[in-house]
Amino acid sequence: MVNRHVVGAHYGLRDWIAQRATALFMAIYTVIFGICALTLPELSYDAWSGLFSNGLMKFATFLFFLSLFFHAWIGIRDIWMDYVKPAGLRLVLHLITIFLLVGYAGWAAQILWRL
Amino acid sequence: MSKRTVQFKIYRYDPDKDAQPYMQDISVELEASDKKLLDAIVRLKTKDDSLSFRRSCREGVCGSDAMNINGKNGLACLTDIDKLAQPITLRPLPGLPVIRDLIVDMTQFFKQYHSIKPYLVNNDPAPERERLQTPEDREELNGLYECILCACCSTSCPSFWWNPDKFVGPAGLLAAYRFLADTRDQATNERLDNLEDPYRLFRCHTIMNCVDVCPKSLNPTRAIGKIKDMMVRRAV
Ligand code: SF4
Ligand code: SF4
Ligand code: FES
Repeated sequence: MVNRHVVGAHYGLRDWIAQRATALFMAIYTVIFGICALTLPELSYDAWSGLFSNGLMKFATFLFFLSLFFHAWIGIRDIWMDYVKPAGLRLVLHLITIFLLVGYAGWAAQILWRL
Repeated sequence: MSKRTVQFKIYRYDPDKDAQPYMQDISVELEASDKKLLDAIVRLKTKDDSLSFRRSCREGVCGSDAMNINGKNGLACLTDIDKLAQPITLRPLPGLPVIRDLIVDMTQFFKQYHSIKPYLVNNDPAPERERLQTPEDREELNGLYECILCACCSTSCPSFWWNPDKFVGPAGLLAAYRFLADTRDQATNERLDNLEDPYRLFRCHTIMNCVDVCPKSLNPTRAIGKIKDMMVRRAV
């Protein structure tokens, strides 16, 4: 039993595409955000929160954070898969990573909708 | 022509005698006809016959004399001795268990190769002579079928070092694409299913060490990309 290697979880392609799609979205968002930030009339708290009071901006920014966290999930899981051999330890690390990232996503939403 | 002396630093390990592997400093005088690294190692063996290594064809066809030469995997028989910095450091292929000196245990490598079913699957009754392909279809197999399974690529791939039991590795994936690209093969779906896995194919992080070392100038990374293309085309 210990010597049987089990492979064949069918999510390789899905995550690989998601990694690329989220990277693409983050790149596009970064450009748009850069333009918006540079064309602000002044760098003040009011101008800044004005930018984020726009519903579309909130939505895009929240999507950016979701992309970031999902991208990070795949990348960090890759590190665990590459270097951590015991399956039990890997499971624990996967869970900690998921909890942290979901927590961050909630936190990001809270910050955005408070602005 | 004056005689040349070549300095070597060679990884030596005989599990029956040595507690630990060690690096042996040794030099050898070459004959004028000794052009390739393999010639020099064969010459060296006349001086120290305990040195063990594999070789057969001595012309880059059999794939048996792959080793780590001055830090880079390659075939001794295709490497010009005069182009190597001295002392020439020879080590066994990295990442595989050493049996003795420069000889490694290739079991894991061939296990991965066999796991992709490296043979044509076609359930139609065999034609009287042969299964024909158009020249364009045949063209697709160029750059794939030439692989001699020397393992230079897979043993230079960090992803293969970390997960040799789960990641197919560049050599196996190149072979997998060789059959995916073959118009006579009927098992395309099964082959893609077999690789649709976070480990077997997607452990490749496009580091491209494999392309860098292949003595046959093949490009496993491109083949891996084409397998991913096929999967995307199948899925969307
Ligand atoms: S792809 Fe190249 S390096 Fe890899 S096993 Fe085949 S011939 Fe050797
Ligand atoms: S491109 Fe992929 S297969 Fe080739 S060395 Fe890098 S990780 Fe390994
Ligand atoms: S001896 Fe056959 S490939 Fe070098």
